[in-house]
Amino acid sequence: MVDILQQIINGISLGSIYALIALGYTMVYGILRLINFAHGDIFMVGAFIGYFALGSWNLPFALGLVIAMIGASVVGMIIERFAYRPLRTAPRISLLITAIGVSFLLENLMVLIVGASPRSFPQSIPVDIYNIGGLILTNRQIIILLISILLMILLQFIVMRTKIGKAMRAVSQDKEMALMLGINIDSVIAFTFALGSALAAAGGVLVGLYFNKIEPYMGVMPGLKAFVAAVLGGIGIIPGAMLGGFILGIAEILVSAFISSTVRDAVAFIILIIILLVRPSGLLGKYMREKV
Amino acid sequence: MAVLEVKNLSCAFGGLMAVSDLSFEVEKNEILGIIGPNGAGKTTVFNLITGFYLPIKGSIIFNGKNLVGMKPYQITKLGIARTFQNPRLFKKLTVLENVMIAMHKVYEASLFDALFSNRKYIQQESIQRDKAEEYLYFFGLYKRKDEIAENLPYGEQRKLEIARAMATNPSLLLLDEPAAGMNLNESLELVNLIATIREKFNLTILIIEHHMEVVMNICERIIVLDFGMKIAEGKPEEVKNNPRVIEAYLGKEVKGVIH
Amino acid sequence: MRRNLLTLTILILILFLSVLSKNLDPYIYQILVFFGINSILAVSLNLINGFTGQFSIGHAGFMAAGGYFSAALSVYQGEKLLNILSFLPKDLAQGAIFLVFLILGGLFSAILGLIIGIPTLRLKGDYLAIATLGFGEIIRVAILNLDVVGGPRGFPGIPKLTDITWVTFWAFIAVVVIYRIINSSHGRAIISIREDETASESMGINTTYYKVLAFSIGAFFAGIAGGLFAHYLMMLHPSSFTFMRSVEILLMIVLGGLGSITGSIFGAFILTVLPEALRGFAHLRLIIYSLTLIIMMLVRPSGLIGNREISFYRIFKFLRRKGIN
Repeated sequence: MVDILQQIINGISLGSIYALIALGYTMVYGILRLINFAHGDIFMVGAFIGYFALGSWNLPFALGLVIAMIGASVVGMIIERFAYRPLRTAPRISLLITAIGVSFLLENLMVLIVGASPRSFPQSIPVDIYNIGGLILTNRQIIILLISILLMILLQFIVMRTKIGKAMRAVSQDKEMALMLGINIDSVIAFTFALGSALAAAGGVLVGLYFNKIEPYMGVMPGLKAFVAAVLGGIGIIPGAMLGGFILGIAEILVSAFISSTVRDAVAFIILIIILLVRPSGLLGKYMREKV
Repeated sequence: MAVLEVKNLSCAFGGLMAVSDLSFEVEKNEILGIIGPNGAGKTTVFNLITGFYLPIKGSIIFNGKNLVGMKPYQITKLGIARTFQNPRLFKKLTVLENVMIAMHKVYEASLFDALFSNRKYIQQESIQRDKAEEYLYFFGLYKRKDEIAENLPYGEQRKLEIARAMATNPSLLLLDEPAAGMNLNESLELVNLIATIREKFNLTILIIEHHMEVVMNICERIIVLDFGMKIAEGKPEEVKNNPRVIEAYLGKEVKGVIH
Repeated sequence: MRRNLLTLTILILILFLSVLSKNLDPYIYQILVFFGINSILAVSLNLINGFTGQFSIGHAGFMAAGGYFSAALSVYQGEKLLNILSFLPKDLAQGAIFLVFLILGGLFSAILGLIIGIPTLRLKGDYLAIATLGFGEIIRVAILNLDVVGGPRGFPGIPKLTDITWVTFWAFIAVVVIYRIINSSHGRAIISIREDETASESMGINTTYYKVLAFSIGAFFAGIAGGLFAHYLMMLHPSSFTFMRSVEILLMIVLGGLGSITGSIFGAFILTVLPEALRGFAHLRLIIYSLTLIIMMLVRPSGLIGNREISFYRIFKFLRRKGIN
């Protein structure tokens, strides 16, 4: 029993990182109907910005985190402006291929800059281990969870309470109507990318802190899995992405602890397929009938 | 003899009754009109008959067979064809290919015949092509056969949709607002075309239409839907003067619509 | 007929190459082999994505399934069968066995395609794309956990049976089969699903049947390509069949033009040769590669060829028009 609880705690840490990445996926999909394959690489870029901020400039952790988030937002907005915006009226597949191209580009640029071999992340927060009735909990796990939850609350506030958040929701529901209401769609989309990229970057820095290892291809698998998390919760739905992220993280850790760690990478995709077949609109999504 | 019998048909979307407890019959060779204000559930009735939607209750009997639960393609094979409110042509394909696709169900060459390009394949291809050309000739589209469907003028696209539906060799044809977007002349031409195909192909026709000159001209009988329910049924003149129908069409305005 | 002339010419050209292959530079030879294998992959994925309009990005999974299956047959049953067929000349026996194993690998993939296709092809667009991606990954993880084929260590000891003649032969078969399907009523039914699935169904076409059919035929040829790949490299590793591999095949058909067989072959050629041509640029190679992709999509989103076919007739007409003006 303690064993299971322990694994669930580990799962929550992993899940909160998936949730952070999934939020960006879900917001971009909600607005552009684009599976932004480059999103996982933004997560990687964020981790590396954090790496330099903490390691080379010796900044405090919180500041490093903020710099990584700002840096990744800028990268996200540049990508949107130059790669995606010109294709807004093009067929969806062109957009998807472009996203894949951007993903390759980010990975290879990073290989050019830092090389392909993994680097160990600056340990700016020393590990404290707490033992609570046999349960092992580290201060890093607590920090990851707290930062994730804080960011999610902040995001929920921005989307639900601010003017730009309302504009985001309007654009995701009906672009033409939003345009008629005088909403500047370009800047709303740019803002969405900035927001999503910042969250992914936070995820990247937290992963660096937690797993202590970063490399240019680190975004591929978490990116795909975070997308699964977004679909699981109901794509385009912000609380859904959080829920999906946590479920996925816990499921993955439980499977690798109690079944086999090599099956771990398949868990996400098995969940994906089950949800697509049983409830394609996701756990929190509403069923939409196709109009004939 | 009733070709189609709809009994106690109900269909709901998320708690909203789109069609409720609807019953009607269509006689052989008859042209039956379905009218009603926007959102009355007319197209839903078509989608139920052709198997795109599943009713929550009721039955649809076509030539003695219950269609409920059948797939759309099976229903087409039984001899029901339809057109769509907004033409759904195979836009990037040629006019001829559009019609040939509709004749797929009588194509006899198997995949293996096609792989070996054998005599059966060659013969079946030419039969399909010739037959499709005959249909196009009948509908006055033969000259256009090699054009890409989406490049046709709107009126001809609508005509092609009817030609394509007829190429499935139906005994019952469902037309969903065939005159939408047409001017008076074009609609009158359409009325003639519908009358002609009924004679030539021995058809039964069910038609949803807003253009009253079309409805009054060709329908032998009309049913009126409002909020998914049948509020009137009868000959055009009877329906025209039915107070419930007039009310459904918002009082005065109706006099402009039904003249 | 004119288009058949083109395929025939290509066939003769490559057969000619294969005769010459004894004297060919081994590096060029290898590129040609990979070009042939990539052509099979691209043409078969194009049947699914380009003609049926069903967006699949799991082709590497089917390639892996067929490749591993036929490789396992070769490794575990090859010797035994060769002994049974010892009354035949060795080359002939070996060739016959290889042919059968390749086909069995392809069929294994096709059956897998059927099993995966029936539930998944109900999904549309992006959802189908990620479901196929998911299945591709599941196949790879399954192989990682299969000890008989080496799991994560890779699967060595596969006999080298693939040569350029085999590859050419199968590329030709793939092109002819898909070309002939497309040019029959079955093919028109398939294309009508891409154009408008609802209308297609109301024309009496069993869209589920044709979607699954196209998916399985595509999977079959991906399996064949996997078998050829395995028996050329003599070693398989799950890392050759990641999501990236599926994306690469997808890029070939998008680059060449969805819905064009010649376009797929052209795309396969470019994506086989381009990385080699960029070898001189060392680290910049992959960056140029990804930039090419992005710029390509920005400049010509419908692919280099679009959905037309290259044929001598067209080239002829084009040249004549130029000549007259």
